[in-house]
Amino acid sequence: MIVLAAVAIPTALVTLLIGMALVLTGLWVGENVSLLPQDASSNAPVYDSLFQVLFSIGTILFVGIVGLLVFSLIRFRRRPGESLDGAAIEGNLPLEILWTAIPAVVVLFVGIYSYDIYERMGGMASLNHHDLGPQSELAHRHGGHGDAMVMASISASDSGGDTTPAGPSSDPGSRPRVWGGIGVPDQAVEAEAVSVDLTAMQFAFIFHYPDTNIISGELHVPAGRTVELHMEARDVIHAFWVPQFRLKQDVIPGQPTVLSFTATRPGSYPIVCAELCGPYHGGMRSTVVVHEPDAYEAWLRQNTPTASPTVANSGTTPTA
Amino acid sequence: MTLASPTDFQPQGEPPASSPGGLQPDGWLRYLSFSLDHKVIGLQYLVCGFFFYFLGGALAGVIRTELASPISDFVSRETYNEVLTLHGTVMIFLWIVPVVNGAFGNYLIPFYVGARDMAFPRLNAVAFWLIPPAGLLLITSYFVQGGAAQSGWTAYPPLSITTPALGQVLWILSVLLLGGSSIFGGINFIATILKLRRPGLKMMQLPMYCWAMLGTSILVVLSTPVLAGTLILLSFDIIAHTGFFNPALGGNVVVYQHLFWFYSHPAVYIMVLPAFGLVSEILPIHARKPLFGYTTMVYSIMGIVVLGLVVWAHHMFTSGTPPWMRLFFTIATSFIAVPTGIKFFNWLATLWGGKIALNSAMLFACAFIVNFVFGGITGVALAQVPFDIHVHDTYFVVAHFHYIVYGGTVFVIFSSVYHWYPKFTGRMLNEHLGRFHFLLTFIGFNLCFAPQHWLGLNGMPRRVAEYDPSFATWNQVSSVGALLMAISSLPFLINILVSAYRGEIAGDNPWRALTPEWLTTSPPPVENWIGEAPLVTHPYGYGSAQDQIDLGAATGRDLWGGPGL
Ligand SMILES: [Cu+2]
Ligand SMILES: [Cu+2]
Repeated sequence: MIVLAAVAIPTALVTLLIGMALVLTGLWVGENVSLLPQDASSNAPVYDSLFQVLFSIGTILFVGIVGLLVFSLIRFRRRPGESLDGAAIEGNLPLEILWTAIPAVVVLFVGIYSYDIYERMGGMASLNHHDLGPQSELAHRHGGHGDAMVMASISASDSGGDTTPAGPSSDPGSRPRVWGGIGVPDQAVEAEAVSVDLTAMQFAFIFHYPDTNIISGELHVPAGRTVELHMEARDVIHAFWVPQFRLKQDVIPGQPTVLSFTATRPGSYPIVCAELCGPYHGGMRSTVVVHEPDAYEAWLRQNTPTASPTVANSGTTPTA
Repeated sequence: MTLASPTDFQPQGEPPASSPGGLQPDGWLRYLSFSLDHKVIGLQYLVCGFFFYFLGGALAGVIRTELASPISDFVSRETYNEVLTLHGTVMIFLWIVPVVNGAFGNYLIPFYVGARDMAFPRLNAVAFWLIPPAGLLLITSYFVQGGAAQSGWTAYPPLSITTPALGQVLWILSVLLLGGSSIFGGINFIATILKLRRPGLKMMQLPMYCWAMLGTSILVVLSTPVLAGTLILLSFDIIAHTGFFNPALGGNVVVYQHLFWFYSHPAVYIMVLPAFGLVSEILPIHARKPLFGYTTMVYSIMGIVVLGLVVWAHHMFTSGTPPWMRLFFTIATSFIAVPTGIKFFNWLATLWGGKIALNSAMLFACAFIVNFVFGGITGVALAQVPFDIHVHDTYFVVAHFHYIVYGGTVFVIFSSVYHWYPKFTGRMLNEHLGRFHFLLTFIGFNLCFAPQHWLGLNGMPRRVAEYDPSFATWNQVSSVGALLMAISSLPFLINILVSAYRGEIAGDNPWRALTPEWLTTSPPPVENWIGEAPLVTHPYGYGSAQDQIDLGAATGRDLWGGPGL
């Protein structure tokens, strides 16, 4: 018993020190090792803080378990000539409870934390305000934009064209259901959202600006304003991914989808198709250009087709 | 199907392995015959599986060669998609599932329950003989008009409806045959474990691999029919232009994804649970200690089975899945980490204080722990919706599941080959070559797949033949790792082939093991034991000085303080 006590206290101390070193290492790694690309949207920093937490916890667990394993393999290796067995210990209930409880607590913490992150990204926002589509709902959404009815109806009338095949139909009662991706914004922000239609097809992304009738192979957005992408797939499933925005959404045929994001950092970032869509899937890439607000206005003015005047000022009669 | 007892095909009392007037061939020809012997069938599965492993590995070689440069320059883009589809299909359905279930299950389960064969030997032989034609079908599909399937192993419509039809239909037929084989096997394992146990042998005395196979077989029988039904509907869409999954005809592609992943997530556990079982057999023998926490190990297997059935939609977080569903599947998926964690801590506790032989079997088994813990940690991260949104369908996911299925299961298969080869052949494998094989595989594997995490995080999607040039360096590192993995199979093959003739004679029980397969000759006779089957009630009864430590009074400190106390 004396031997036991003499050895046990240092053992406990050593264990404690190793544990603290491990936790500090994990925190340091999470804080200082960056594996992610630049962040360029409002939810990217939120994502990155989740990544940092997961990275720290993962490092602690991995280094701890591997350390224990390697220590055991060295410390308890069978020396030449040894033929005895190890101790005949078949189990230990308190230990089992301990290592059931620890992962359960960690997982619970990670789950709650990532739920919080998810909510901050807008993932839990109800999608129903997108899928009803009666004009009153739209009027509410665009309430801050002056003539809401006109806005809504115009985008409806424009959508008869090729670029938004299953966009809002002119009959408000029969609007198709719209699926939502992550990042559906709250309505205050949405009031001044830039609305862009995206058509994905083998093997290109086509962007259409309903307000100005610009059609582009690149996405141009202003920094600091919410962008609402109304996405449609023409042939097979594609996925819209901007790594610097930490955002991805499948574009599924027959399932019009809305994805919202707010770009924060001016620059050019890749748009990548992330869902296998055929032979040229790897080449299905584009660029999103994030402008300063006035540069964006300039881009809009430059590229607005002269044949059809800017819809917002034209006062076209609503069809609905 | 009537229940066939071993006496149906081997008149009792007749000397084993030499049935003079019988139709069954002797010697090596047995392995090409419709043999009903579970050991022959097990080895048929194993050798056939390794054939497809090298085929799938060659396909992986094509992929890594193409990706050594950012542009599509090695094979055509269509061929590339055929190759990646075949690679996934071959590795899952023709290599890992048949080997960890069919090969080791058939060889070991009858021994473990104290039976002379499986419950349904003829069904067993049918299950194996479905595999070669299915594999052949898949290979020939490459040469038909339009080529093999190009829509990935997931075969998502509408892509799978619009790519060349013949290759896709042959792919469906092949997977249906393999699914049938898998179901036959699963039924057989359940019946054998529940009904053919030797009198006096209780369920809670079975070796852990039996529990793993029971859990796996329940998953197989519950989920494989869903895949079969889904693929049949998909083939209707392709052949008869029905509209189940065709949005142009009012179908719904997301329904396909739900049905597909209802099988294909449990498929991960169909590939991994048997590996857990095999590791639980290997570690105690080479660490000379009882398996730690037998009862909790059993419960954790059953916990994984139950949870594994309700997590499938974590593959669909970007498919427009409703928020409540994303939340539910995040939580369910995360919680699989709890029963899985229990197993890993129990294995670590099994090693702690043991007398660990650092042989090839042990090294591969421990590397499995390292790789799987890593893949498990990235798995819990992937279960979090916001995390997954960014990395879904990228090389991060490719890296993650290769850590699970290669770093996990394939490492266990190698460990198992080193462990049971003496039983299969009566000869030992060469340890030096074995450790060399281990070193090359471990380094090559990590070099190949670790960089892919970074690639995925930074913007490289999966299943692409061309990519942004800024990803070239890490892709080349990954390709070098793949090359090392390919080279690592040389010492393995040489070892396997040469040791069969020149290996040191193993004797019946070279590892001084207690599980029943070692309590007979190596290789075992046709009906497993010459006399009565042994009754093994303590398959993990290792450990000297059992009475010196009072289990009831032992505390964590006693255990974790090691033998230095
Ligand atoms: Cu695409
Ligand atoms: Cu899954």
